[in-house]
Parts: sequence; structure tokens; C-alpha cells
Amino acid sequence: MPKLYELAHCRAGDKGNTSTLSLIAYRAEDFPLLARKVTAVAVAQHLEGIVRGEIRRFELPQLRALQFVCEDALGGGVTTSLALDAHGKSLSSALLEMDIPR
Amino acid sequence: MRDTLRLGGGAGFAGDRLDAPVDLAERGELDYLVLECLAERTIALAQLRRRRDPATGYDARLAERIESLLPVLARRRVRLVGNFGAANPLAAADAIVAIAKRLELPVKVAAVTGDDVLDLLDLDTPAMESGVPLSHYAPIVSANAYLGAEAMLPALASGADIVVTGRVADPSLFVAPLMHEYGWAPDHLERLARGTAVGHLLECAGQLCGGYFADPGRKDVPGMANLGFPYADVAPDGNAIVSKVAGTGGQITLATATEQLLYEVTDPHGYLTPDVTADFSSVTLTEAGPDRIAVRGARGRARPEQLKVSVGYLAGYVGEGEIGYAGAGALARAQLAAEIVRERLAHRFGDLRIDLIGSTSLHGHAFDADERPYEIRLRVAGRTRSREDAMVIGDEVEALYTNGPAGGGGARKYAHEQIGIVSTLLDRSRVASAVTIREWKGTHAEAL
Repeated sequence: MPKLYELAHCRAGDKGNTSTLSLIAYRAEDFPLLARKVTAVAVAQHLEGIVRGEIRRFELPQLRALQFVCEDALGGGVTTSLALDAHGKSLSSALLEMDIPR
Repeated sequence: MRDTLRLGGGAGFAGDRLDAPVDLAERGELDYLVLECLAERTIALAQLRRRRDPATGYDARLAERIESLLPVLARRRVRLVGNFGAANPLAAADAIVAIAKRLELPVKVAAVTGDDVLDLLDLDTPAMESGVPLSHYAPIVSANAYLGAEAMLPALASGADIVVTGRVADPSLFVAPLMHEYGWAPDHLERLARGTAVGHLLECAGQLCGGYFADPGRKDVPGMANLGFPYADVAPDGNAIVSKVAGTGGQITLATATEQLLYEVTDPHGYLTPDVTADFSSVTLTEAGPDRIAVRGARGRARPEQLKVSVGYLAGYVGEGEIGYAGAGALARAQLAAEIVRERLAHRFGDLRIDLIGSTSLHGHAFDADERPYEIRLRVAGRTRSREDAMVIGDEVEALYTNGPAGGGGARKYAHEQIGIVSTLLDRSRVASAVTIREWKGTHAEAL
């Protein structure tokens, strides 16, 4: 099954205990597919156990991008988490492992 | 009025490379070089240094930065702006003047203060992150309001060669020179929003130029060992072209610019700074040549009424221990080692974190196939009240050498103090910024 990393790239950012995941289609023509398949619900399922709070999705078609804002995603917050990757920098790679059925 | 202004992004965090901003200042034909050196925790750590020695508390690498930059800034007539004053902008200004004397380069430094609001903090106020009163987060060691571009305007108007600040919102470091040079007013919301978009693109320096972007085979980036840092040519209306110096490594493309534009943005329709509420959802990025991207169309709404304050507190200690296992059964032996340590420490530390590095340390489980890792590194981490307790965790992991599973190697142990950060809001009227000038006019002037 095709993986999300074949269609899009991603960068994670952090604010406190919130992770932002910017998902950007390599090709403009793939953006509608991403917008259809990579819903907030699908991301919540995919990152179950990692993101514990609400996920909001913003659509930015002129940038062929989706922005996911994930609450309670960083083990209590960047500054006090016991995680090795306290910033959740590597969550971008986790999101891109999502299966995208055509 | 000038018809374009060139701002360079010369640091994305306190530990950033020192050679790239020198090259940018030397060859970039800049008007301003801006250094962003303060992550959330950096200023609290600097405050702890200042407590030990009142003459410190600024960016720990300030001397290296200024020594390498000052000659080229003077030669190329580039003004320097940055938050490398950290917890002590005045001491930073003194240190810069001392370096200038030693290098025999006259300099005028303007220090912006007023972000330190520790004395103004109301401990009954809830932290934004948790709703729990600030008094719960003790002992508090620092409280810094995010100042905006306006606080820097008197410093720029003084004609200073270097403007050094403590906590200022990252994009505001870039917006301030634009307000100063173009006469933008605080109610020029559209222009402030566009300037904020530019500042946001430049504030992480190399991240706009292919840094933190490369992924071989999918996102190849040339010349990363010599990654160039970015600049923006900003028009009086705030629209801009971002680029980098020819011959440097990296690349600026629609893809790198889009990743950076959205980086750490929790609401693309309302990116809050002390200057403006910027709407990035209307921003367009277009190719304007090799390594050149045009940035247009951010919209602005009124700035927030209150300033965000970042509060640092001592959050106890963290102890860590690591040990590696290899070959057939590596995973099983690492798991056995984890069970041993957990059983021995459970009565003392409730909240132990067990990581199997090479398998599940980052995301708790593997997202891809079932390939068997050749090596696994066990990491055990726990939070404690004292450094002595924190050491115990690493000691137990190290004891696996003679008491644990077969073949454990490369044990390491660490204990460090943890600084926590929470946020609160403060009315603008309560925060008063000030500018102090420190100057060395050169030996010739002194003789006169």
C-alpha cells in the first residue's frame, strides 16, 4: 500500500505540549487526495498513543499544505518531558508512515 | 525612502553555526544582520548564570559571535540586531564594548531592557498550559515578557551599530528594522503582517535554506556542509524575496520555504506576535529564480492586547542511564535488562521511562515492518528531586555490566537539572521597555 511519504513531505514543530505537523504535497495534483485521505480523524488514529489531545487541521491549498495542530503530544511539554525527542521533532517521520489507499 | 531593504538571518538558536553569519555579512550586501539566539529555556538558564555572576547572563557564545562578526560588520557597514542579551542585555553591551576596544573597532551598542518581569508576576495567575496557578511552579527563576518591535525602535533610532535585546518575539527582531527604515506605524497591520512572515521565514536561519529538510532520494539538498544562511529583500509594502548568497550550499525552493512558513504555527489564520495578528493563510510563495522565492500577501489584524510571558522554574532533576546490546536476541536482552532495572528502582522512582533505542524509543512502537534490529540501546530515565537521586538511575544501569544480561556494553550515565517553562499573560501597560547606550568611540576620539 502506498505510504504518505511518497506523496508529501512533513516538518514537525513544537509549542509547549503542542506539536505542529506541516504536511506538504510534492505535486500540486496530489493535494486533493491528501485533503481527502489525511483527515484529522485519520491522523489521530495513526498517531494513537502519541498524540493524546485534540487534533485540528487547517487547509492551505495555495501552499498545497495541511497543517495539523496536535494538543498534548509531547509527554507533558518540551521542557519537562523524559522523552529523548522531547520536541517531537521526529513525529514528522511517524506521520509520513501513514498508509494512503488510492 | 529606500525602495528595498536587505535583512539577513544569521542564527536560528544559541548553538547555531558561527561561520555562516560571517559569510552572510561579508558577501550578502546586507543592511541588517539579525541573530535569533533564545529558545524557550535559554533565558532561564542564562538567568541562573546571572545569579551566580551578575556580569554574565547573556548568550554564552557572545564573545565568539561578536569577535568573528565585528570586523566584517564594520567593514561592510551592516547593523547587527539580536536577542543575544538573553537575561542580561546591559552586561552583553558592556562585553561587546570590551571586545570592540580590544579589536580597536569603534562601536555604539544599544541595549533593550524591560522584558524581565519577574517582579511583576502575580503567582495566583493560572499558567496558560495547565490552568494551574503559577505558585504551583516553584521555585520560579525567570519571567520574561515577549517584547515587540516597538520596544526596539528607540534603539534603532539612536544610530547604534548593534542592538542587543533579551526576550523579544522572534519575528519582531526582523520587523523592527523594517518599521524603523520604512516608517511603518503600529497600525500598518498589513505591512506588519508581511514583515512578520518574512521574519518567521528567516528566524531559523539555515532551516529556510534546506537545513532540517534533506531526505536522500526524496528531498536531496546539495552542499549541506556549507549550508548558506538566508536573507530577504523587503519592499516598503512588506512583500519580499528570500534568497541566499551565491556559492553557498543548500537551496531555497517552494518546498523549503513552505516548511519554514508553517513551522511551529499553531494557527495559520492568526499567528500572534506583540506587533500584529498575522494571517499566513493568504500568503503566496512563488519561484523568482534559482534559490529565490517571492513571499507575498500576508494579512494583518490587531495585535493581542496582552503580552505573553515565559516563566522558567526549577523542575527537579533527571537521571539517565544507557547500555547497548547486539546480535541475536539483542532486543530480548535489552528488554530483560529493562525489567531488572525497573524491578530494582520501582520502589524509589514511580515514573521511570524505558526506551529501546533502535526500536521504540521515539514513538513507542515501530510504524514500519518487522525487521529485527542488529543492535538495541536501552535507556532508562526518571525524574527526581535531587542530583544524588538522579545519579542512582544511571548507577543501576551501569550495574548491568556484572549483574544484567549477556553482552551489555557502552554504559553511560547522566544527571542534570531540569528547567520547566510555563506561560502567562501580562497587560502591555505594565511592561516598560528602556534603551541604554554603551559606546566606544576609538582611541583617536579619546585623544581628542
